[in-house]
Amino acid sequence: MTVPAPGQAPQRREAGVAPPGPSGATPAARVPGLRSMARAMADLRGALGLWRFACALGWLDVRLRYRGSALGPLWITLSSAIMVASMGLIYGRLFHQDLARYLPFLALSLTLWQVGLSGILQDACTCFTDAEGAIRSMRTPYAVQALRVIVRNAIVFAHNIVVPFAVFAIFHAWPGVVALASVPGVVVWLLDGFAACLLLGAICARFRDVPPIVGSVLQIAFYVTPIIWRPEQLGHGASWLMLNPFYPLLEIVRAPLLGAMPGAVVWGEALALSCVFCAVSLVAFARVRARLSFWV
Amino acid sequence: MTTHITLRDYSLAFPVFKGSARSLKKTIVRQARSSLAPVREASVGGVLHGAAGGGDTVVVQAIDRLSLDIGAGERVGLVGHNGAGKSTMLRALAGIYESADGLLQVQGHVHALLDPQSGMNPELSGRENVRLFACRLQYDRARTTALERDVEAFAELGAFFDLPVRLYSSGMTVRIGFALATAPRPEILLMDEWFLAGDQHFQDKARARLEDLIDSADILVLTSHSLPILRRWCTRVIWMEAGRIRFDGPPGDVLDAYEASQNIRAVDFSP
Repeated sequence: MTVPAPGQAPQRREAGVAPPGPSGATPAARVPGLRSMARAMADLRGALGLWRFACALGWLDVRLRYRGSALGPLWITLSSAIMVASMGLIYGRLFHQDLARYLPFLALSLTLWQVGLSGILQDACTCFTDAEGAIRSMRTPYAVQALRVIVRNAIVFAHNIVVPFAVFAIFHAWPGVVALASVPGVVVWLLDGFAACLLLGAICARFRDVPPIVGSVLQIAFYVTPIIWRPEQLGHGASWLMLNPFYPLLEIVRAPLLGAMPGAVVWGEALALSCVFCAVSLVAFARVRARLSFWV
Repeated sequence: MTTHITLRDYSLAFPVFKGSARSLKKTIVRQARSSLAPVREASVGGVLHGAAGGGDTVVVQAIDRLSLDIGAGERVGLVGHNGAGKSTMLRALAGIYESADGLLQVQGHVHALLDPQSGMNPELSGRENVRLFACRLQYDRARTTALERDVEAFAELGAFFDLPVRLYSSGMTVRIGFALATAPRPEILLMDEWFLAGDQHFQDKARARLEDLIDSADILVLTSHSLPILRRWCTRVIWMEAGRIRFDGPPGDVLDAYEASQNIRAVDFSP
């Protein structure tokens, strides 16, 4: 619970059934579903108000992970570079690809997948369970933990994205101004990542065998999504790609950075998927929010 | 509107998951089975009962249809055996546990000191934790500095203030947690008994600070097994048993009755 500054208005908190009569029984308070949704929205608003706190937590997570190491968070960049270089050499030879064309593609795809999509989904699983101590000792909006995961991943992402940019520079593969078209894609990713934290964080707090399941699904997704291979390599089968939800989501950010505009179909599907996902997450979060402190 | 706490027929039950209740697969299989099988009698009555369908989930009825009013200026002590619902009660008042069963109204700024770590990050130093706490309360730079000085002066940790909290002794953690929780001057302060871990010097200081706080704050709710502390600090004591109020009144009366019951128990078990 917030302890506001002395100048702020005192707060009033009520739980449970509103007393009969006109005292404070708003229409929303009478229907349990609406009431829990109203509380979930208040939770989200509270978390947005605490964005500085969420940023501090996310930044501390990254700093503490690398405390005591000489390179600090630069290790993220370095290990990413090593992985791209080794995978680029191996897969370039396996797929008989021209390294100057293949390596920029692989570097970008791997980075976007590992940090942007797969990484955040795996991190989302431990969103609430990692914050058990904080949740059980002080009332704080739950969504703060989701924001913290997003901030943490954004920092890691910023360290990683250097690698594909360096590869672009080496092979003179700059995409040009069209790269700016990836910005709205990144915004969609941030929203989806936040929704994933609320949904997967809650499910994984209740069922502890879900994180490994998510991990296995992502492992499969890594191979069926064009990350280390190009969509063109599928030939006629490429139309099937649209059945893979990760493909349009990846494409809205990757295509502009490779110098191409994603098609309307890709954008349409990415937006539709994101809307459904965010709505499902919000409803699920509203339903279980009050029970989260018992689950973590 | 003055500071107050009101509970009307408030109940709080929470699930405790053991082993396989944490497993998604086993839960799905179990629910599929129980939807086919006739419903078994689940409730045993009392404090613990298994959830419908059996399995590894136990539901603890920690607070059972409890009604209570605490007004401004009261210093309330909660006594009772382990598991009587005292700590759950504090968590419910702090808004950490929520229940839709009955009414719970808390009017006023609340701060709870529930465990010595108080949500502190053990990897961070005391000073960094204080800054994080100030950030949580949305303090500006000047107030953060003031809070830092205040906590540093009260906790008297010396050089330890700049070392990670995981290196602290339990007494040192308690000092910093106590200083942090009392610094924002909450109107309602909820405290679990762990703060007694400090030495006599700290306890005297803590008491002075609490009394100072009580003048500005309005309500103190304290759980403790130390009856002398409750006698000294509280104006009202509530004896809880199995999630309900057994006896509610002035400290002298309630604590005498509580002590008497403890003694009878002791005689009962003696050969």
